[in-house]
Parts: sequence; structure tokens; C-alpha cells
Amino acid sequence: MNKKHLRIILLTMGVVLLILGVIRDEAVSVYTKAVKICLECIGIG
Amino acid sequence: MKRRIVQYISALLTNANLNGFIQGRIYQGVSKHVCVPGLNCYSCPAAIGACPLGALQTILASSRYTFSYYVTGTLLLFGVFMGRYVCGWLCPFGLIQELLYKLPSPTWTIPRWAGYIKYAILIVFVLFLPMFLVNNLGMGDPSFCKYICPAGTLEGGIPLLVSHPDLRDAAGTLFLFKLLLLILMIILSIISFRPFCKIICPLGAIYGLFNPISIYRYRVDSEKCIECGKCAQNCKMGVAMYKESNSPECIRCGECRSGCPAEAITTTFKTGNDSIKSTI
Repeated sequence: MNKKHLRIILLTMGVVLLILGVIRDEAVSVYTKAVKICLECIGIG
Repeated sequence: MKRRIVQYISALLTNANLNGFIQGRIYQGVSKHVCVPGLNCYSCPAAIGACPLGALQTILASSRYTFSYYVTGTLLLFGVFMGRYVCGWLCPFGLIQELLYKLPSPTWTIPRWAGYIKYAILIVFVLFLPMFLVNNLGMGDPSFCKYICPAGTLEGGIPLLVSHPDLRDAAGTLFLFKLLLLILMIILSIISFRPFCKIICPLGAIYGLFNPISIYRYRVDSEKCIECGKCAQNCKMGVAMYKESNSPECIRCGECRSGCPAEAITTTFKTGNDSIKSTI
């Protein structure tokens, strides 16, 4: 497999995974975490 | 100079909610669904997007998911398009380290073997611990954010403790430990170029794996190259471009290109093979 094919496969995988993630509400989970103070992230939790 | 401008713009776009520092409140707009390309704590009051590493750990540590399609897909897309160009041009924490390195001081060269530590940190703190070190409810911690990330302390912890007196009482030994890590990283950044990127950053470790195949990449013309080693002397990341043009350590800063007397280093921006060149 040459690099060109590998790039196309990985890009396609990236798009498919991204869409699958959105479908199963992962983006909402990320949003829920990102809009509140993450106590663990700042070394308190 | 052009790169520095892009770095400033990127840092500002990633942290466009500057009013958040004054209000002490975290941005809650819809853009927080989306991961930004570089390392930027989403608990920073100015951040308008999600940190990809924080997002990845959040999903892996949750009881609902065992794998993050969303963040993996995002990292694949950023990685395949740009590789570590993200580190050199778009990452706000990379910019902070570079500005610190401008301060006059003695210099220290980080040994090359230290670059492997970031892969261990990626595997242990970003993947393994959030997935497997879980409580009774099946929930883990974002271990890299919790125990290591100095960007979180600098961009999120300190501003929030300043604006929230109630949080100061809760800041204990762990915060002190992270604060010491941040101070150590600041000192290292003054005496060495991008120590966090070289030794610790799991995001750089991920993007580095894409360097050899990324659409934007470097190419050394072997017919022009005289192997004078000037590129290796100019590279602050310790890459000998004439030996390994797409090293995982290369952050695409372009110092090697501007210093090459034979003009042998070019960039390609093609999905095809390396035979077609451009001089961006």
C-alpha cells in the first residue's frame, strides 16, 4: 500500500469515526465536560 | 515572523472569550462541542473549543463509552492533514514556551532519548488510566489533566483560583504538585526550546506519528542536498532534516528551510506521492 492510498483510507476513517461519534452523542459528552469547571483539570478534583 | 503571527492569531482564535478572564466564567457556546487542534485547556475561561486530549480522556473515563470515535476521528483528520504542523503553528502552549525561550539565559539541550517519554505518558496517562482505573460506577479520571498537564494549571487553574475565592480552599496538595510542575516547565522552557513538546506532550506524540504521511509535509531533494548539516544546526527540535525529512519530532517550523544553502528542503501539500512539489 502506498502513502497516497494510506492517506485516503485514514481520511475516510477520520470522517466516518467523527460522524459515528456525533451519532452516539460523544460530542455532547465533550460539550458537557467542557462548559463546566473541570476540577480535575485544574488540580483540585 | 510569519509563523509567529499565525501562532498569535491561532492562540487568540482558540481563546477568543477574553471576557471570561474578567468574569471568571467558562464559555458555554456551541463551539465547545468541537475539539481545537492544539493543546488548550477547556477550563480556561477564554477557551471557545474543547482540548482534544481532555475530550479523549473524558470519553474514555466515562462509564458510557469504552472508545472515542469522535475524538479519534478528529485527531485522524488533523493528523493526516497537518501532522505536527499543529504543534509548530497552531498550538497556544507551544507559543507560550517559545516566548519563554526568548528570555536571555544559559541553554540546556534535552537528550534525544527523553523524546520517548511522551509516548509512555500517552499510553499510561491518556489511554490506560482513564480506561481502567475506575471507581464503583465505572468512571475514571482524566489522569493526564489531573496529574500532569501544566497547560491546565496555567490556563485554567490559576485564572479560576484568582476569580473564585471559594475554589482556593479546595486547592490542596495536588494543586501544589501541579503548580510545581508548571514552575519546572517554565524554568525548562527558558533554558530549553519547547521542553513540554519534546518530553511530555501526548498530543505531539500522536501528531508526530502522522508526520511521514501527512498531506502537508517536508521533502528533501537528494539531488540538491549537499549534506552540510546546516538544517540540523538550525533545528531547535534536534532533527537532522537531510537524514529524516519527516521525523516525528519535526514541528514544521521551517527553520531548516530558511537556513538551507542549497534550497533543498521544500514542502508538499498534495494527497499524492512526493514527486509533486510546491514552495509554500
